[in-house]
Amino acid sequence: MAASPNGHDYRVIGTRPVRHDGIEKVTGQAKYGADYNFPGMLYGKILRSPYAHAIIKSIKVDKAAALPGVKAVITANDLPALPDKMEQAGEMALNMSHLSANIMARDKVLYDGHAVAAVAATSPHIAEEALRLIEVDYEVLPPVMSVEEAMKPDAPILLPGLRNKEEGPDKPTNVATHLQFKRGDVNEGFKQADYVVEREFKTAMVHQGYIEPHNAVGIYNPDGHATIYCSTQGSFVVRSLSAAVLGMPEGNIKVVPAEIGGGFGGKTTIYLEPLSVLLSKKTGHPVKLTMSRAEVLRATGPTSGSTIRCKMGCSKDGKLLAAQIWMAYEAGAFPGSPVGAGAMTIVAPYNIPNLLIDAYDVVVNRPKTAAYRAPGASNAAMASETIIDELAEKCGIDPCDFRIMNGAREGTPQTAGPPYRRIGYIETVEAIKNSPHYKSKLEGPNRGRGVASGFWFNVGLQSSAIVNIHTDGTASVVIGSVDIGGTRAAQAMIAAEVLGLDVNDVRPLVTDTDSIGHTDVTGGSRTAFATGWAVYEAAQDVVRQLKERAAKLWEKKPEEVSFANGLFTAQGDGIKPMTIKELAGRLARTGGPISGRATVNARGVGPAFATTVIDVEVDPDTGKVQILRATVAQDVGKAIHPSYVEGQMQGGTAQGIGWALNEEYFYDERGILRNTGLLDYRMPTCLDLPMIETCIVEVPTPGHPLGIRGVGEVSIVPPPAAVANAIAHAVGVRMTELPMSPPRVLKALLSKRTRAEAQAAAAGS
Amino acid sequence: MAKKVVVEANINGEPIEFLCEPRQSLLEVLRDVLELTGSKEGCLTGDCGACTVIVNGRPLCSCLMLGVEAQGKTIQTVEGLAAPDRLHVLQQKFLEHASLQCGICTPGFLMSAKALLDRNPKPTEAEIRYALAGNLCRCTGYDKIVRAVADAAQTLASGQQPAGHLGSGPSATEQTERFLQEQEVK
Repeated sequence: MAASPNGHDYRVIGTRPVRHDGIEKVTGQAKYGADYNFPGMLYGKILRSPYAHAIIKSIKVDKAAALPGVKAVITANDLPALPDKMEQAGEMALNMSHLSANIMARDKVLYDGHAVAAVAATSPHIAEEALRLIEVDYEVLPPVMSVEEAMKPDAPILLPGLRNKEEGPDKPTNVATHLQFKRGDVNEGFKQADYVVEREFKTAMVHQGYIEPHNAVGIYNPDGHATIYCSTQGSFVVRSLSAAVLGMPEGNIKVVPAEIGGGFGGKTTIYLEPLSVLLSKKTGHPVKLTMSRAEVLRATGPTSGSTIRCKMGCSKDGKLLAAQIWMAYEAGAFPGSPVGAGAMTIVAPYNIPNLLIDAYDVVVNRPKTAAYRAPGASNAAMASETIIDELAEKCGIDPCDFRIMNGAREGTPQTAGPPYRRIGYIETVEAIKNSPHYKSKLEGPNRGRGVASGFWFNVGLQSSAIVNIHTDGTASVVIGSVDIGGTRAAQAMIAAEVLGLDVNDVRPLVTDTDSIGHTDVTGGSRTAFATGWAVYEAAQDVVRQLKERAAKLWEKKPEEVSFANGLFTAQGDGIKPMTIKELAGRLARTGGPISGRATVNARGVGPAFATTVIDVEVDPDTGKVQILRATVAQDVGKAIHPSYVEGQMQGGTAQGIGWALNEEYFYDERGILRNTGLLDYRMPTCLDLPMIETCIVEVPTPGHPLGIRGVGEVSIVPPPAAVANAIAHAVGVRMTELPMSPPRVLKALLSKRTRAEAQAAAAGS
Repeated sequence: MAKKVVVEANINGEPIEFLCEPRQSLLEVLRDVLELTGSKEGCLTGDCGACTVIVNGRPLCSCLMLGVEAQGKTIQTVEGLAAPDRLHVLQQKFLEHASLQCGICTPGFLMSAKALLDRNPKPTEAEIRYALAGNLCRCTGYDKIVRAVADAAQTLASGQQPAGHLGSGPSATEQTERFLQEQEVK
């Protein structure tokens, strides 16, 4: 039995069974989106803009359409024009004209790689040849690549219709939103402070880097219905957004979620899906669209690069007194960067009495950003967590102790106002402080150790679940949350726990949008929390119904039947306790089959905190930073399957290290992306990383039946700052730009040497 | 368009013939002609390793080899890794160590790891990391992958048979026991 922190003993939860979909995934049988083929299927390809910013004067498709094997060519004119205002699509409020124009450019292209036309042909090679025959006449405009350029008063305007409240209804702008968060009086706070550190940070645009490119197979039926097979984090999102873009009733589209080869937030929107349906409608055949890696990098949704000015002050005994932050995030070509989340996370781990945060969402000629694991929080934490480290250093206080002193606890106000309920931030710092890693001695030249923390909100949202009892007493769990990293196993474990079954007697199934109630994305670290809650309730529904059946057999009232440890019992002579398996064989005679159902709109989500310690060695000649050791502590509420929880913590840490050290979008002066492959978009390999040690901290989320907290995201937040702090302690330079690639670190080292030499010369003269 | 070519190769122990266009990569042939979709396309430039197969004993990216170059070659793909009734020890260890999250990189890792263990049955951690550096995984941080490969090597070296049944459900014995129990209940 695994003892839980809230006093429950679990039989299945907390164990490490082999995942139910494992065999398919190690034998190559699992079907990902690109693995679907259908009789008569055609292949689609997309023509993309070679310019960052241009007006589309005309598109001629005749030659392409005439190529043998080409069955259809489409442009934005084949999609309905949608209103330039916020509208509901299913559950999401979006500007539909932006969504549509991102999928297929209308009038203007706004980034290198922006889609302008699509072709369906009998082979992918013919489709590619056809793209070369499409003639597009562009009027090239100057590109706007950074938030600084975009915010200048005379900057070229990307979206003629864009306005913000401050500048008023008559002023075209590239600033979509200005948010402000305020508490106390920062000027007063800084006056009281003994130490104040202020720095400006720049972080590069980075990509989620999932290994599987986007894909979609669209099959349009002449009766007006369509089916989409695709790898997505949210089949219901694909349905509602595709319906909106195509002008189809939502219920006429069925989305079948394929296995998904990574998403990290990047597969929570649509790109190819509606185009596959439209091409299928035009040709009468199923049409498969898959992206190349270059298309993924150029034209899907990376996360924002940012500029952050961060000033923080504390008393000499280490009490944080004030923080003032100015932050601007690249939204990409259309509004919607995660700058609001950045603002609300940047100092979320701390209790700071005086706070002023100004946050700007700015459009630039880069691809429209999408969610990326704790969106907006990692670049924000790079600023705040390195300044926290400097303040701790100035006070002569251990960085863990400094965080514990100032750390958020139950009752501490969050940036947006309401106080935290029970959270486990302090526990994560204590776990790091007590870890073998932190207690070990780091020796050798050019080596340093850095600590940083991170916060992520997590979300709840809606989920549906069905639990069926089979006649042999086994069960199936049907969910709409796609399995991106062990979801099936976790959900089956929750049902098995409730039902008293062996975990292998519960088969989990991820199904399509027609076969299960609405379920929001696998994202926001919500799946174990919210879908897990729905599965828990559905399994409880099964137990309730089974109690009724047992009561019938025993001629008792249902409330007289109890269920514990997998056995139904009741008081009375001759009553022999029954297992679910025994009862299941008698369902036909007691009222028919049993399915348990539940839907949740999960409230009371528990936010996640992580604290990470990283050791580095800096090569003083090249500026290359080697990660020597890394340990991450994270509050997970309750670990359902600890191996997959550790996996999330390790994976997020690895992505955070990539963001810290190497990953970066390189645009040239014309706004053309120059690193469109995985050789030059440099993600961590096996050789770049050590083993990643994990400390699972379990502070249950109040109100959740199992105490679960989302675990998917927060571990990516601390590493960039932890690495920067480690570099500072290794070689004495404070890095303020991401990535901390060899050229940037070397530059910082050389300017430090130049300064030191100049000082020595001045002292000598 | 150049005419299609007949190619003869041995794939997963079977001598086969296929027709392919000269411009088709081996990966495209495997996936679209032979319906062996276990090899995945992640980049088409040899950077991610998701399409790794073993050709004449050497691991390589099937996206970088033409289908016509398979003539006369012996090729192993992930579909040929398990025996009919038993997983390969690497597959079993990947499952036990939870070495996959999304699973898209897994076939490539398995083939690179198999090629490693075929030529170096007792690799160090550094050797494992070096051999797998051509395969990208974005989910796991590699920790559990490296552990699985090390564990598989140890299991193979010790001469133990891995316990892996093909299918993670109950074994035949367990099923028989359950059947008998259920008979008793009735």
